[in-house]
Amino acid sequence: MATMRDIKRRRDSIQSTEQITKAMKLVATVKLQKSRTKAESAKPYFDLMYDTMSSIISRSGQIRHRYLQAGGSPKKAVIAITSNRGLAGGYNNNIVKLVNGSLPAEDTVVYAIGRKGRDGLALRGFSIGGDYSEVINDPLYQDAAELTEVLLEAFTRGEIGEIYLAFTSFKNTVVHIPTLLKLLPVELPEREGKADGAEPKARAIMDYEPDDETVLDAIVPKYMSSLIYGALLESLASENGARMTAMDSATSNAEEMIEDLSLQYNRARQGAITQELTEIVAGANAIGG
Amino acid sequence: MAELFRLKVVTPDRIFYDGDVSMVELTTTEGDIGVYANHIPATAIVAPGLLKIHGEDGQVQKAALMSGFIEILQRQVTVMAEVAEWPEDIDVKRAEEARIRAERRLKDRYPGTDVMRAELALKRAIVRLETKAK
Repeated sequence: MATMRDIKRRRDSIQSTEQITKAMKLVATVKLQKSRTKAESAKPYFDLMYDTMSSIISRSGQIRHRYLQAGGSPKKAVIAITSNRGLAGGYNNNIVKLVNGSLPAEDTVVYAIGRKGRDGLALRGFSIGGDYSEVINDPLYQDAAELTEVLLEAFTRGEIGEIYLAFTSFKNTVVHIPTLLKLLPVELPEREGKADGAEPKARAIMDYEPDDETVLDAIVPKYMSSLIYGALLESLASENGARMTAMDSATSNAEEMIEDLSLQYNRARQGAITQELTEIVAGANAIGG
Repeated sequence: MAELFRLKVVTPDRIFYDGDVSMVELTTTEGDIGVYANHIPATAIVAPGLLKIHGEDGQVQKAALMSGFIEILQRQVTVMAEVAEWPEDIDVKRAEEARIRAERRLKDRYPGTDVMRAELALKRAIVRLETKAK
């Protein structure tokens, strides 16, 4: 049986761990609220961009445009959004697993936003094309636009044929869904039954000023950067949500262990007292007898 | 009274404007346009310029509009802007400084100057100043 001192030492160490996890949980909660408001205020732009894009494409009939067709190269690029710090439960690992499971390592170039994803994917044999890990600390629209430019250039040069985006979609505080989205070539599934009584999307022919190619040239980069920006904000909210949940369960685990150890400690102390008493009584009896 | 249509101006950070209007004026890469209701469906690229929103009772609101694009449907016009600012959001001093900086860059033409970028920066500064002035 463990001695009193051992148990006490163990309990103290768990107690200080608990304090850390508790503090981290509080920090994550505050950050979650901030990043969540940000993600929510960006959502309308994100959704509208998607709707506008699908309406343009559905109206434009048979446009042949380089951004709408797969590039000649079998290479794929994936933007993997993870965090720079761990202790967020399965958050980073889920993205790594998702990318590893859906894309072949030897043919895929990773543009990493977040150190954890970069390291995880490099370990699994993916080549790293670029590292933008600083971005996730404070995502700006400008960052997304710059990354888009780099990727579109590579796409235009024919170095990559497809571009994917791996991020964690934020449903609510506890539900985050790792998602893989194809950015290029643009492929939009027909959206069924629009909810908000918007104009019925009659198949009138869209008029492009100055012409369809120029317009798509200008819009596709904006579409891509807005998707990347939205994904960054959602991932950040998910990261904080995941960290909050992880730290919450760590704290309650620590509490449980402390309770157990306190019980053991008290038992050991009582045992020691009883033993001491027995010894004294036995000693007194020996002398008196 | 002109017929009304729904105008939405959205930026990555917020919904900038959402409401029924009678006319909207803005600058595209092809020149200034004004849109009334029942316009034929069109998509155009927005160039930095002044956005004028004519409300249902005839009053006009102005804003600075930077790059983006506009989708025109018969009763709904959507402007997806990367940046949009009301006059009260604009910092005149900063815009003035940006204008001077851009002008200098264009005048000196050091090798390696990104002329297009400098021109765009100049354009943006001018639009901001114009929006604020009126």
